[in-house]
Amino acid sequence: MNTIYILWLRQLKRYVRSKARMVGSLGQPLLFLVALGFGFGPIYQKAGGGNYLQFLAPGVIAMGILFTSVFMGIEIIWDRQFGFLKETLVAPVSRVNIMIGRTLGGATVATIQGVIVFLMAMVVGFRPTSWLAFPVALLFMFLIAVLFTALGTAIASFMEDMHGFQLIVNFLIMPLFFLSGSLFPLDNLPGALATISHMDPLSYGIDGLRATLVGSAHFGIPYDFLVLSILVAFMMALGGYLFSKIQI
Amino acid sequence: MIQVTNLTKRFGEFTAVDHISFSVKKGQIFAFLGPNGAGKTTTIKMLTTLLLPTEGKIEMNGVDPTQDKDGARRSFGIVFQDPSLDDELTALENMEFHGILYGVPRKLLKQRIEQLMKFVELWDRKDDLVKHFSGGMKRRLEIARGLIHHPKILFLDEPTLGLDPQTRNHIWSYIQDLNKKEGMTVFFTTHYMEEANRVANEIAVIDHGKIMIHGTSKALQEKTKTHTLEEAFLALTGKEIRDEVAGSSDQLRMRHRIWTRR
Repeated sequence: MNTIYILWLRQLKRYVRSKARMVGSLGQPLLFLVALGFGFGPIYQKAGGGNYLQFLAPGVIAMGILFTSVFMGIEIIWDRQFGFLKETLVAPVSRVNIMIGRTLGGATVATIQGVIVFLMAMVVGFRPTSWLAFPVALLFMFLIAVLFTALGTAIASFMEDMHGFQLIVNFLIMPLFFLSGSLFPLDNLPGALATISHMDPLSYGIDGLRATLVGSAHFGIPYDFLVLSILVAFMMALGGYLFSKIQI
Repeated sequence: MIQVTNLTKRFGEFTAVDHISFSVKKGQIFAFLGPNGAGKTTTIKMLTTLLLPTEGKIEMNGVDPTQDKDGARRSFGIVFQDPSLDDELTALENMEFHGILYGVPRKLLKQRIEQLMKFVELWDRKDDLVKHFSGGMKRRLEIARGLIHHPKILFLDEPTLGLDPQTRNHIWSYIQDLNKKEGMTVFFTTHYMEEANRVANEIAVIDHGKIMIHGTSKALQEKTKTHTLEEAFLALTGKEIRDEVAGSSDQLRMRHRIWTRR
C-alpha cells in the first residue's frame, strides 16, 4: 500500500511542479474545441445533428486524457534514461505494485487534465445537460486515464529511448483518437469504419462521457462501463507483467 | 554471503562476463577492480536482479536472485555508478521515497535521514530540488540514500567517483563503521587503487569478463612481484587505455538492442 501511495504521490508532485507542460498540453484541446466546434457547427446544425459543440466536447475531453495518460505511461523511458528507474527496480517491493502506483498517479494527473479541458469547454459554451451524472462522467474519465496510462507503461517497457515516440503518436494515439467517434457520431457509418471504431477502446470511453454529460449514447452506459473495465483489467495485467520483466 | 559460480552474460555475440566464480564472506569489504568495460557493472547488475544471467549460479544471503527476486532485494542496498535520483523531487523527498520503498519505520526513517543528510552536509539544502545540485552533491546524496535502510550487503559501483579526498575519507569511515557495528558486507568497485588497498579485506581483479586474480592486496602484490596495488593492477591488466565512461560492454549492448529491436 505504501509503495502504491508513494509512487502515486511522486507522479502528482512532478505534475504540479511542471506548469509549462500542464499549460502546453491544453493548447491542442482548446484548438479542437474552437476550430472544429465553431467551424463545423453550422454544417452539423444544418444536417440536423443539433449543437456540434455539445457533441464534440466529450470527445475533446477524452482526447486531453488520452494524450496525457499515454505520455504519463511512456515517461518511464525518461526515468530509464535519467537513471531513476533503477532505484525503483531494485527496491524490495513487488514491481506490480510499483506499476500500479505509477499508473494510478499518471491516471489521476490525466483525469485532472480532463477536468480542466471540461472547464475550458464550459468557457467556450459547452453545457452539460445534467450535473447529476457528473460523478459518473468523472469515473469514465478515470477509467480512460487508467487504460491508456497502463498502455503507455506496457509500450515503454519495450523501449530503450524516445526515438520510437513519434511512431507511437502517429500510429497509435492519433488513430485511437480519430477513429473513436470523438469527432463524428458512430451511427450509420460505412462498414469498415464502423468495424474499426467499434474495436477502438476509446469509443467506449467517449460514449460513456457523452451519455453522462449530454445524455446521448451509442452503446449505453452499462455496456461502456463493462467494456472499459475489462480492458482496464487486461491492460493493467499486461502492463504489470511487462514492467516486472524489465531488465536494464 | 555472496557465492557466484560460472556466472556468464552474453549480449548477442559479445560476452561481457565470462564464467566467473568468486565468493564474498559475511562482514567482508570486497573490492571488485578492473579497467573500464571489464564487466564490473554487468556483474553487479546480475547480482542485484537488474539483469538475468545467461549462465551460472548466484547465491546471495541464502537466496538465488534469479528465482527469489524480492528475497534478494530485501538483503542489499546499492549505490549505482550513474545517477539515479529524481531531479524533480527535493533532496528530502528522494530520501523519503527510498525509505518508504524499503519499509523503514517512519520514526526511524526521519531520524536516519536527518543524521545521514547532516553527515553528507546536505541537511541545509534538504528542500531544494535535486536538479539544482552539483554533481558532487548528487553523489553524496545518493550515498546517503543507499545507507538509509542498513542493508546486509551494500553494493557500491564507483561510489567515490568525482568526490574530493575529504568527502571520500568521510564517507568511507562511515561505511567502515557500519561494517564493523552491523556486520554489513560491502561489495564495491573503484578506480582508485589506494582506496581499494586501504579499505578492502579482499580484492578480485576482472578483465575482459574474466577474473584474473583473487586475494588480499598483499597477496596480489606478492603474486605479481610488485610493490603497490596499482603496479599489481597494471601488471595484470596491461597498460593499454580502455573505452571511457559508458564502458564498451554497455555500448555493444546498446548496438545489439538497436539492431535486433527486441
